Amino acid sequence: MSTPDPNQTLNSAEAVHEAQPKPAKARPGQRVDHAGAAREFLHSPVHAQSHDERVWAMRQRRDTAMETIPEWEELRDLASQIKTHALTHLDKYLEQFADNAAANGVHVHWAGDAADHNRIVHEIFTRHGVKKVIKSKSMLMEECGFRHYMEGVGIDIVETDLGERIQQLDKEDPSHVVVPAVHKMRSDVSQVFAKTLGSDPNNDDAHYLTEQQRQATRPLILDADAGMTGANFAIAETGGFVVCTNEGNADLSANVPNLHVASIGIEKIVPKLSDLGVFIRLLSRSALGSPITQYTSHFRAPKSGGEMHIVLVDNGRSKRLADERFWSSLKCIRCGACMNTCPVFRRSGGLSYGATYTGPLGLILDPSIDAYRYSNLPFASTLNGSCTNVCPVKINIHEQIFEWRQVLAEDDMIPWTKKSTLAAAGRTLASPRAYRTAIKSAHSALKHLPDWALYNKLNAWGQVRDLPEVPAEGSFHDWYRKHRMDQSESASGDSE
Amino acid sequence: MRGRNEILADIRANKPKFSAPAPDVPNYDGDYPADTAGLQGRFIAVLEKMGGAWAEPEAGEPLEATLRRALADRLDANSIIASNVGEIKGNRPVRADDTPASLHDVDVAVLRARFGVAETGSVCFTEAELTANAVAYLAQHLVVLLDPAAIETNLHRAYRRDDYKTARYTVFHTGPSATADIEGVLVRGAQGVRSLTVIPVR
Ligand code: SF4
Repeated sequence: MSTPDPNQTLNSAEAVHEAQPKPAKARPGQRVDHAGAAREFLHSPVHAQSHDERVWAMRQRRDTAMETIPEWEELRDLASQIKTHALTHLDKYLEQFADNAAANGVHVHWAGDAADHNRIVHEIFTRHGVKKVIKSKSMLMEECGFRHYMEGVGIDIVETDLGERIQQLDKEDPSHVVVPAVHKMRSDVSQVFAKTLGSDPNNDDAHYLTEQQRQATRPLILDADAGMTGANFAIAETGGFVVCTNEGNADLSANVPNLHVASIGIEKIVPKLSDLGVFIRLLSRSALGSPITQYTSHFRAPKSGGEMHIVLVDNGRSKRLADERFWSSLKCIRCGACMNTCPVFRRSGGLSYGATYTGPLGLILDPSIDAYRYSNLPFASTLNGSCTNVCPVKINIHEQIFEWRQVLAEDDMIPWTKKSTLAAAGRTLASPRAYRTAIKSAHSALKHLPDWALYNKLNAWGQVRDLPEVPAEGSFHDWYRKHRMDQSESASGDSE
Repeated sequence: MRGRNEILADIRANKPKFSAPAPDVPNYDGDYPADTAGLQGRFIAVLEKMGGAWAEPEAGEPLEATLRRALADRLDANSIIASNVGEIKGNRPVRADDTPASLHDVDVAVLRARFGVAETGSVCFTEAELTANAVAYLAQHLVVLLDPAAIETNLHRAYRRDDYKTARYTVFHTGPSATADIEGVLVRGAQGVRSLTVIPVR
């Protein structure tokens, strides 16, 4: 659901001929090498800079939008509380949702895992003789490997979100939950479309390219046997669900063919219609800074003469509910704000995560899907807490990232280089005094260490970036002691 | 393979061991103008920001002429206008039993909005206003009649209505179809309509 800012275009002035970095995907059973892939991305400076700027622009638009809503922080609290309420009553609300949907004439299916989901949808398609499907962007379907499954059984899936379509035509995964092709420059898109849609390889104007895709996709939309969507929210009270897009592509997918199949994660349930006021007000503002997506569509029952199916998918979610430390990650509404603000995401590009969910959101979801494969990811964070600050449902993202590091260390999932650093860090962080000494010596180390110690093979970041300037004030603690302690009676020295 | 019963049983066993109450959600619309003209002003400002247009009929002007004026540079004599409203005749009827794909040649679809939302500049339709849902996406342009007295303050108010409980399909349109998926450049008319024009009908 990429949203546009009418006042700003980020189109680079000149055509870029730097090739898009394409990190190799980890093979099954392999560990994703995030740092390596990030290093590769940073070696393509034009792409890296463009990515950083575009993703940061979304974060800035979010801030501007947030500032126009005086009750913003209250809305975040409400959103978080509604989700806590829904998740602590999830069985009740899921049943209510499913029963209401069935009463509305919708066929409801339950899928325990990704394989169940794909098989159930395949069965529906087989019963209806479906060969051609148009599909709206859905992270859940990405999670299930749905498109690849359907390729394997000879059913044609056409993505209708522009960014997702670009990724499909380039045989690449999406790199961002909201803007799947944000890591590509228009020159890359021009190459992909020239190869796959036969457009002019020398024209990389965004309007031209978008129009090429519109013209190429429309006949496929008119000709499709079935349409698929995901859902942003499912409402127990009505048995209906909501899909938010900017292109109207979910509405085309659902309204043009007679058969509509929606894949919905069980954590998407909210109790009441009135809850939507809170979430719709937060979603697009957090994602891209617009007050709402261009289209907010509420599906409750099949259109007359049509047929509607809902597949409710668990795929590990019910298991995650049991973990005190991580269950609240199920509150996520996939706005992408945490990615847009994350310095590591901005500089490493979404493909470097080698996973469906990227950025801070990915760091807390991916290891619960496959702890070994994604064991490097919780280290792709500075733990600066910015993700937690922007999260519209108030998930303690950076704390969960830190928890994951500990879990993975206990389960022996971490390579030894990281483990020894972590053990030392753990000892240091456990003692405030040692921590402050370490910070001080790190500061002087940054000033005095020879470059070879910082820019070596073990430090992927140092190889392509300069380390930050050391603030003259030293650590926050130093600053606080100097400026605040003597003024504030209540401040106590060693309260950490 | 785990079905409904197994999944629900797992949730019951695994859900957090405390039960949090549902919070009360206020309406947060104290700062909105109470009069129609004021709300209309708020609505127009956001509508235009989201890429929509507001077309005020001139004194004594038939609505069909307002439409032609507003879309002058996009229409020619042969344009197909599919109207769902009595005030504008159009030249292509839309029937509920039309095959959706058969609506692909519509240049302009004319619809009446159920209500508007000042906070977001959105207009709302259900299948009753759309007749055939797909026409609002397959048409190249959309023209919407909106009664300014039917503008709600914000989304909280919009969701206190009952429409979504009875309609099969309820949708907020906020400006035309848009994308910024290629290098952040805003393009209108990614997949759905290329423009959206709201004409007030009091
Ligand atoms: S974790 Fe929070 S900020 Fe990140 S995508 Fe989910 S809801 Fe948005």
